[in-house]
Amino acid sequence: MSLIINDLHAGIEDMPILKGLNLEIPKGEVHAIMGPNGSGKSTLSKVITGHDTYEVASGSVTMDGEDLLEMEVDERSREGVFLAFQYPAEVPGVSNANFIRAAMEARQPEGEELDAVAFYKNLYAKMDILDMDRKFTSRAVNEGFSGGEKKRNEILQMMMLEPKYCILDETDSGLDIDALKIVARGVNAMRTTERGFLVITHYQRLLDYIQPDVVHVMADGKIVKSGGKELALELEASGYDFLKADDLVGA
Amino acid sequence: MSETSVIDQETHDAIDVDRSKGDFSYPENHKFDAGVGLTEATVDYICDVKSDPDWVREFRHKALKTFWDKPNPTHWASKELDEIDFDKIRYYLSDGARPKRSWDDVPDEIKETFERLGVPEQERAFLAGVEAQYDSEAAYSNVKEELEKDGVIFVNSAEGLKEHEEIFRPWFGKVIPTGDNKYSALNSAVFSGGSFIYIPKGLKVKHPLQAYFRINSENFGQFERTLIIADEGSELMYMEGCTAPKFETSTLHSAVVELVAMKGAKIQYVTVQNWSSNVFNLVTKRGIAHEDAEIRWIDCNIGSGLTMKYPGVVMKGERARGEVISIALANTGQSQDTGAKMIHAADNTTSNVVSKSISVGEGRSTYRGQVHIPKHLKGCKNNTECDALLINANSCTDTYPAITVRGNKHVTQHEASVSQVSEDMLYYMQQRGISEGAAMSLAVNGFINDLAQEFPMEYSVELKRLIELEMEGSVG
Repeated sequence: MSLIINDLHAGIEDMPILKGLNLEIPKGEVHAIMGPNGSGKSTLSKVITGHDTYEVASGSVTMDGEDLLEMEVDERSREGVFLAFQYPAEVPGVSNANFIRAAMEARQPEGEELDAVAFYKNLYAKMDILDMDRKFTSRAVNEGFSGGEKKRNEILQMMMLEPKYCILDETDSGLDIDALKIVARGVNAMRTTERGFLVITHYQRLLDYIQPDVVHVMADGKIVKSGGKELALELEASGYDFLKADDLVGA
Repeated sequence: MSETSVIDQETHDAIDVDRSKGDFSYPENHKFDAGVGLTEATVDYICDVKSDPDWVREFRHKALKTFWDKPNPTHWASKELDEIDFDKIRYYLSDGARPKRSWDDVPDEIKETFERLGVPEQERAFLAGVEAQYDSEAAYSNVKEELEKDGVIFVNSAEGLKEHEEIFRPWFGKVIPTGDNKYSALNSAVFSGGSFIYIPKGLKVKHPLQAYFRINSENFGQFERTLIIADEGSELMYMEGCTAPKFETSTLHSAVVELVAMKGAKIQYVTVQNWSSNVFNLVTKRGIAHEDAEIRWIDCNIGSGLTMKYPGVVMKGERARGEVISIALANTGQSQDTGAKMIHAADNTTSNVVSKSISVGEGRSTYRGQVHIPKHLKGCKNNTECDALLINANSCTDTYPAITVRGNKHVTQHEASVSQVSEDMLYYMQQRGISEGAAMSLAVNGFINDLAQEFPMEYSVELKRLIELEMEGSVG
C-alpha cells in the first residue's frame, strides 16, 4: 500500500517541469522532499492532486493501486489524498465550520447525514490540539487570517478529513518557532501505520519536529538523491552545491 | 443552452438551472379571453368582465393613451425590450370564477399547480394569509380569521376597488402615477389580479401574508396590481413568489406595486422571483413612508429573461426610513437590470441600499441606483453598497449609481466591489473533496450570506436551495 509516482513527466503547456520523477511513499512513512527553488516541488504536489494548469505527458501516479490521474480533483481528495497548501485560498462568507462540514458531507454515503453534534465535538477536540480559539469556527475560511493561522487551519482540515496520504507544501514557510511546533504536533498526532506523508520543505528546521523516514533531494524535475534524515542535516550544512558535481546518485 | 454559447458543456452543466419545479403547465380552460393584441376594445372587454366602476374604466382608457404615447425606455437597459410584440400578447385570461377561500373549492388543475409549488403547505406552516393568482385572476384567497376580526383587509385588487373604495381610491395610482413609465401605464390600462391589503392602526401582524403568482398560458401578459396600506403604527410583512413554465414564446409580466406606510408604520415586502427564462419581468414598485415610518424592499431575482425593476421609497415624513436589499442572479441568456430609487423628501430621513449580483456564464447583471436629496433638507443619510460576483470570464456586470445630493447637511456613502470565484478558490475547495457544482454554490451562498439572513427563515432556506439548484445543475 503506497503512493507511487512512476516516471512522471508533466508541465505547463510546452514547458516540462517534472522530467521523469520516481517516488514511492509507503503507508506509515514520512518522506521529505527538499530542493532548490524551481526544482518542481510545488508542481509535484499540484500534479498529484490534479490542478488543471498542469498537463501530464507521461508516467503514472497510483494510490494503493488506484490510478489517480484518471480522477477529478475532488474525487482524488475523497479517495484520500490531501494537500496542505502553501498559499490557501480565501472563501469569503463561508464559515470554517461550514466549509469543513461540506467537505465531510461530500464523503458521506448517499442518503446519510452527518451527525452535527459528533461533528462539532470532533472539530473542537482537533482545534484544542492545535491551540485554536473556538472563534475560528465562525470566521470565513482564511479571510483575514495571519500566515500562521492559515497553516494551522490547513492542518485542522487535514485532521478532520483523515486522508490516507498527506502532502504538506512548505507548511513551515512564514511560521515562527511556536507555530511550527503546534503544526508539527498536529502532524505527529496523525502519524500511524495507515497513513503516508510527503513533506515539501526548504529548511531542515521543520524536520527537527516532524522526523522523516526518508529524505529526497529534488532538482530539475527529478529526485536526484535519497537518504535518511541525516541527509537533511547535510544539506543544511553544505547546501545544494553538490548538485553541480558529477557523482549524482539517481533515485 | 444557446448554440452561440462560448462556455463548454461541462461548465454549463455545472451551473445550469434546474427549473423543473415550475416548468409544467396544464391545458388552458378559460371562460374569458380578451384575445390577442391591445385596443380600446380590449380595455372595454376587461372592464365588462370585471364589472369595473366607471371611474376605473376611465382610468384604464386614459392609461392606454399614455401607454401608446410613451416610448420604450431604450436609452436605459436594452434593445431586448423591442422584442416585445404588444400585438401578440393576450391581456386577460380567466375562468370567471371568484377566488376560493378553501383549497378544496379550487379547480383541480389549479390546485395541483399550487400544490406542486408547495403553496398550501407553506400556508399551513407559517403564513397568516395567502392569495394565489393563476394567469389574470386570483384562484384562491384566504386570510386567517383572527386577522379578519382585527380589521385586516386582504383581498384581490378588483374586490378592493369595489368593496373598499373609500380606502383604496385615495391611494390608488398616487404612489406610482400612470405615466411613470411605459409599463406602469400598460399595467394601469389592463391590470387584473394582485392584492389589496389594509392593516388597521397599531396592529402588528406577526406572520407574513403571501401572494403567489403563476403564469400558465403561453403568449400571455400578467398585469397584477397591488396596493398595501399600513395605517399608523401598524406592521406587516408581505411576501410574493413567481413562477411560470418555459414556453417557446415570450411572456410578459408587468406589475405595479404601491405601498403606503402611514406615520410610524413598517412594511417589509419580500420577493423571490423565479420566472422561467422567457419571461420579460418589467415591474414598477414604490412606497411612500410617512413620518417615522419604514419601508423595506427585500428583493431576490433569480429567474426571467430580462428583469427591469428598481424598487423605490419616497421618504415623505421626517425620520422616515427606506431600504432596498437585493440579490440578483443572472445566468447565460438572462439579464437582471435591478436597483433602487431613494427619494428623500423630508428632514432626517435615512435610506440604505445593499445590492449583490451574481453573473454566471454570459449572464448580465446591472445595478441602477438613484438617490435624491434636495437642497432644502437637512440631516438626510444614504448608504449604498453594490457588490458583484462574476463566475466565468464571459459574464458581465455594470453599476450605474446616480446620487444627487444638494446641500451640505447630509451624509452619503457609496461602495462598490467586483469579485470572482477564482480558479484557485475552486481548486482549493475541490481539493477538499467538494464537487465543482457544490463548490460554486458554496462560494455563491458565501457571497450573499449576510443578505440571505435578511429573508424570513423559510425563504432564506428556499433561496439557498434555488441557488444550489442553479449551481449544481445536472452535476448534483
